[in-house]
Amino acid sequence: MRGFFTGLMRLRRGPWEALATIIIALGVFMLMQPFVLWAFTYSFITTLVGTVMFIIVSHFPEGE
Amino acid sequence: MTDTIANRAAKVTPQKVARKIKGLSDRAIAWIFVAPTIFLLLAINIFPLIWTIQLSFTNYKANRLNREPEFIGLRNYERILTDSDIWLNMQATAHFLFWTIALQVLIGFTLAWLINKKFKGNDLWTTIIVLPMMLSPAVVGNFWKFLYQPQIGLFNYIIAFFTGKEPSSFEMLGSVQLAPWSIVIVDTWMWTPFVMLICLAGLRSIPDYIYEAAEVDRASKLRQFFTITIPMVLPFLMLAVLFRGIENFKMFDLVVQLTGGGPGSTTELTSINLKREAFEKWRTGYASAYAIILFVTVFGLASIYVKALNKVKER
Repeated sequence: MRGFFTGLMRLRRGPWEALATIIIALGVFMLMQPFVLWAFTYSFITTLVGTVMFIIVSHFPEGE
Repeated sequence: MTDTIANRAAKVTPQKVARKIKGLSDRAIAWIFVAPTIFLLLAINIFPLIWTIQLSFTNYKANRLNREPEFIGLRNYERILTDSDIWLNMQATAHFLFWTIALQVLIGFTLAWLINKKFKGNDLWTTIIVLPMMLSPAVVGNFWKFLYQPQIGLFNYIIAFFTGKEPSSFEMLGSVQLAPWSIVIVDTWMWTPFVMLICLAGLRSIPDYIYEAAEVDRASKLRQFFTITIPMVLPFLMLAVLFRGIENFKMFDLVVQLTGGGPGSTTELTSINLKREAFEKWRTGYASAYAIILFVTVFGLASIYVKALNKVKER
């Protein structure tokens, strides 16, 4: 867990990609879940942020 | 082979052209060859995408060409994302996506595993199993409609034979509870062979010596299955899930033929709803915003998936 946060601080690809992946997955879940409408409302912006973030952070350097 | 293809090509090239090409670098020549493809890609894929993004911020209607489209900001996105009917369409799509992929992977892998065993008539069975995939979705939709007929449909008679119910006592396509399952069954029937073929390629790529080494180490069949077969087929399986996932997210033809989105809107998947908005209600701007939402979702999911696939391949 400490390595994950160190990677985030040092702008390493692995942890940032993992974070973007979690955001995308959350966005898709929010889009298709049958529980609350507000989650559906905010699903697109969540997925969009995750996807743009994924594209950007996939150009970060690999961790040592 | 003293006279190579390159030499022969050089000989037949007219002097004028040859002189021009001589002055170009390898990189420039490569660009000349690639340029038509890039141009086509930009014209067919990128330009419509950018145009759709632009239209999604307007109230443009494609059936009113004389009316100047107005810029309305994020209002289309706001309307879509607060519409409870579209939310229900998304849930119907999620139900369809989850169950078709789960069933296709399970049945497809099992069939591939069985077909991979050497037995008489192996090739014949492979051909028979693959047949549904070769049919047109319109044809499949039409004949499954007949199979689902409550009075004369074979499907109802088979279910009645096993459950003891009257064949006409239930309607697969007319019932709110059963209609979502009826489209899952047809898609599974049609596309399981595709998953099976990909899994079969994965199974046949595993060298025999790995199993022989496991036998020497006295690994049980179950252990061999979980430590050799599954990990080595996993990249192929993931690829199949990616293809089917993207394809089923856009599912249109089969469902339109079978239920037309009904009864009510229980089987109205997002692509059917999108088509209605775009070409029946002619709300082009609204439909563009809807398409962008679907595009971002599929793109995001595919990005995660490709990353996971590469990780599995590295292992």
